[in-house]
Amino acid sequence: MEKVPVRQHGHAKRKLPVTILAAYVMLGLLSVIMIFPFVWMLLSSLKDATQIFKLRFLPEAPTLDNYRYILSSTSKFPQWFKNSVIVALCTTASVLFFDSLVGYALSKFSFPGKKLIFLLIVSTLMIPTEMLVIPWYAMARAMKWVNTYWGIMFPGMISAFGVFLMRQFMQTLPDDLIDAARVDGMGELRIFLTIVLPLVRPALATLAIFNFIGNWNAFLWPLIAASKPKMFTLPVGLANFSGEAGSDWHYIMTGAAVAMAPLILVFLLFQKQIVRGIAMTGLKG
Amino acid sequence: MKKGIVIAMLLMLAAGSLVWAQTMTITYWQYFYESKVKLMDELIKMFEQQNPGIKVEQVTFPYESYNQKVAASIPAGEGPDIINLFYGWLPMYVKAGYLQELPPNEFTKAYFEKNYYKFVAESVDFNGKYYAAPTAVRTLALLWNKKLFREAGLDPEKPPRTLDELAAYARKLSKYDGQGNLVQAGLAMQPTGQGHNWIREVLFRQFGNEPYSADYRKVTYADDKGIAAFRWYTDLIVKDKVGYPNFATDDVTAFRSGKAAMNIDGSFRIATLNAIKDLEWGAAELPSHNGVKSNYASYWTHAIVAGVSGKKLEASVKFLKFITSPEVQELWLKNVGELPASPALAAKYKDNPVYAPFFNGLAYAHASQFVDEAGQRTILVDAVDKVWLKKVDPAVALREAAAAEQKLIDDFWKK
Amino acid sequence: MTLKARKAFTAYAFLLIPLVFFLTVRFGPMLYMLAMSFTNWSLMRKVPAFVGFSNYLKVLNDPVFLQSLGNTARYAIFGAPLVIVVSFLIALMLDAIPRGKSIFRLIYVLPYITPVVAVSWVWRWMYQPPPIGVINGVLGALGLPAGEFLNSTTQALPSILVVNVWVELGYCTTIFLAGLQTIPREMMEAAQIDGANARQILLKITIPLLNPVILFLTVMEGIQFLRIFTQVYNMSMQAMGGPLNSTKSAALYIYQKAFMYFEMAQAAAASLILFVIIMSITLLQLRFFDKNLSY
Repeated sequence: MEKVPVRQHGHAKRKLPVTILAAYVMLGLLSVIMIFPFVWMLLSSLKDATQIFKLRFLPEAPTLDNYRYILSSTSKFPQWFKNSVIVALCTTASVLFFDSLVGYALSKFSFPGKKLIFLLIVSTLMIPTEMLVIPWYAMARAMKWVNTYWGIMFPGMISAFGVFLMRQFMQTLPDDLIDAARVDGMGELRIFLTIVLPLVRPALATLAIFNFIGNWNAFLWPLIAASKPKMFTLPVGLANFSGEAGSDWHYIMTGAAVAMAPLILVFLLFQKQIVRGIAMTGLKG
Repeated sequence: MKKGIVIAMLLMLAAGSLVWAQTMTITYWQYFYESKVKLMDELIKMFEQQNPGIKVEQVTFPYESYNQKVAASIPAGEGPDIINLFYGWLPMYVKAGYLQELPPNEFTKAYFEKNYYKFVAESVDFNGKYYAAPTAVRTLALLWNKKLFREAGLDPEKPPRTLDELAAYARKLSKYDGQGNLVQAGLAMQPTGQGHNWIREVLFRQFGNEPYSADYRKVTYADDKGIAAFRWYTDLIVKDKVGYPNFATDDVTAFRSGKAAMNIDGSFRIATLNAIKDLEWGAAELPSHNGVKSNYASYWTHAIVAGVSGKKLEASVKFLKFITSPEVQELWLKNVGELPASPALAAKYKDNPVYAPFFNGLAYAHASQFVDEAGQRTILVDAVDKVWLKKVDPAVALREAAAAEQKLIDDFWKK
Repeated sequence: MTLKARKAFTAYAFLLIPLVFFLTVRFGPMLYMLAMSFTNWSLMRKVPAFVGFSNYLKVLNDPVFLQSLGNTARYAIFGAPLVIVVSFLIALMLDAIPRGKSIFRLIYVLPYITPVVAVSWVWRWMYQPPPIGVINGVLGALGLPAGEFLNSTTQALPSILVVNVWVELGYCTTIFLAGLQTIPREMMEAAQIDGANARQILLKITIPLLNPVILFLTVMEGIQFLRIFTQVYNMSMQAMGGPLNSTKSAALYIYQKAFMYFEMAQAAAASLILFVIIMSITLLQLRFFDKNLSY
């Protein structure tokens, strides 16, 4: 305890311990509110169809039957899970490639129309998804993309935000390296793949994580683009869980827990990148 | 001998390839309701055996988004050949030209009169053309939880027979916590479920009102008698507090989990409820009032999509005839709980304790002819919400509902 | 080929597919929608015809649309400032405490990364009336009257709004915290030597220096709340935005017009109206903060 923490701010340092204590209490209480819904979800997922309607904090007879059902082949959940994985992985791969390509072209090359192209791409950030689902739907229908993976994925194959991010990042790269490779007679695409991309790995990681999360959680467009249950993503499947025969809350809570699990894993593994990524920009939707 | 075998094999091969060459797949859509989907899988197997060369593919969608998916797919040409639709949606689809008339030489007026209840024949007939044929129909009944009856000191074998009894029982069966919150509903009150149908076709009539003109183009339920009926319903929520909308999520969930002692629900619920352990329940005819009995009948019906022609049309008609045959109707009753659409079968079930109340209801049931089922449902649901959430007078709320519904109907026929 | 020409050529080659993408998936659809909003395009009609401005008139005369716009405004006017103020306070507290910063931040960010559909259903379950809703269970145990939450025309919208605040809180807190850490320490110390108290430092130094962050978050959160859809869809009975349309947002109205009533052209018109509103509010916010920034 010899060393004083490095990051300490002036106005914080000389605060009375009482204020600090109060801050801890407040932050602790808030944490309870933030975390309680997750706890309640998990506890509810361990109750059976009867227990769930008895308001008790802990389950009387905890059971994993709900998970067994949700993960079994009689439920459609495994299929939805698979769809979500496919959609999130494919769009993320595409975004990584194309966004860094565009970011590279817009930061390391000079050519007529560069500024215009950049503005054009960034201005699309002003058009929220909600505005475009109707024409996208018309497009998907005309091209027979409804109920295909491509139909669910196509609007997200390139992200304007990623372009913005990668361009900012690429601008900090030294030109010498790229020029040297060029002098060595390396092809342009090879330069991009073998020299530029490895240099921007941190930015790629951030973009990858956020894009994955965003696509995993996406709701409105997949709801429209997939009409057959076979093609549902997890959120769409979950939203359709309660139907004419009433609400199976024990399954809904279990399904919610299963849908969250991979993200919580990603989050715990990459929390540093996620927090840094949010601080840098924050991408969602 | 050997030669014979070779010839036989060749013949079989030829026959096989002939069948293979002629194999054609027709697609059937319905919404996802577990017992229906399972039975349909069985039926398709039977049909395919009887009709080599025809394959049927069943595709299902969640109930919530079914109408939307249908409307989105049929115009785009991605729809099925045969489709299962709620009868209340037929006018919209027929008007838009997305369904085709059933072959008039087979589906004649006489055919419908012989094989179907009157309300069915009336509601699939558009200017003398028939567009759909159902397998099964549904009516409403009063469902009650015997265990909760016992707990409340009521005879578990004697359900209420009149509306007055129903209200009295509901009051007895309701339980509240120390703060006056309802913890057990005497009667589930869910207009979004079957509640709006119960009001529309049953309560109005029992209070002496005729809710619509004969052709269902004039809304006539907002007179004094209709208002009295509506007030009786909303009083159960507001004054007697025996239940309220969305209590324990919805009526079905509430009844299933023993949070509601009684519910008004359809025959299609029988299989769902039978599957629940420890639920002792019974079904009774809807309570009468002033000596008037009424019921609401509805059905899902099969139609052939516009544009299906030639061999596919032939196969579709075959399949349609098969799934509406009396044998299938009986299987449907056993597996799904929906009542045979043909009156001929009703007599067989006169004494069945579970089915009889629903069958009895058919004799005096009405099927509202909706132009926009979702829209018309929402209007009555909103009327109830206005009364219990916004304290609007039931008379005012009902008059507003009648005006809104009249406008909806007028707009539909004007366009 | 000169190096310059080669570079330009390479850049165009790299940009080709992405440009085609942005033109066909972003700009094209926008124009298409604009064109279709002047027809009577409907899923229930095979051949659409030109109808002028009648869709715009229909939509603007629809009380439900106006109500949904009002609800959307309510979500944004109460939601965005609430999340910004609360997250700012949390960030100040986090900045002040010596240890445990990252674990708290982790907890606050958790809702932000989980699927909104899943958390909406969890909250819907918690909001249930007695005897099954856990929030009402807690209220009852404390001797407080039960809340109606989603079953009330006045409480349902705030109940849904709170969920969105809960989701967005971690995001805003993280950004504020990052912003706070960029404020030079010397400035604070100098102010303290000059005898400024904590409140003065907050008002005179911290907030003005964080102005760009506040601007960014106001715009982002404003848009976020104006677009609200998923929560309303999943938390209202039968996804209707009820009771009595009291929670229906403009985005949900558009969705229903298009995919429940199949009136695609009216939905397109409503979309464009919402788009214009979002754009103007964003521009207004930018101007407002611009002025305040250069005092």
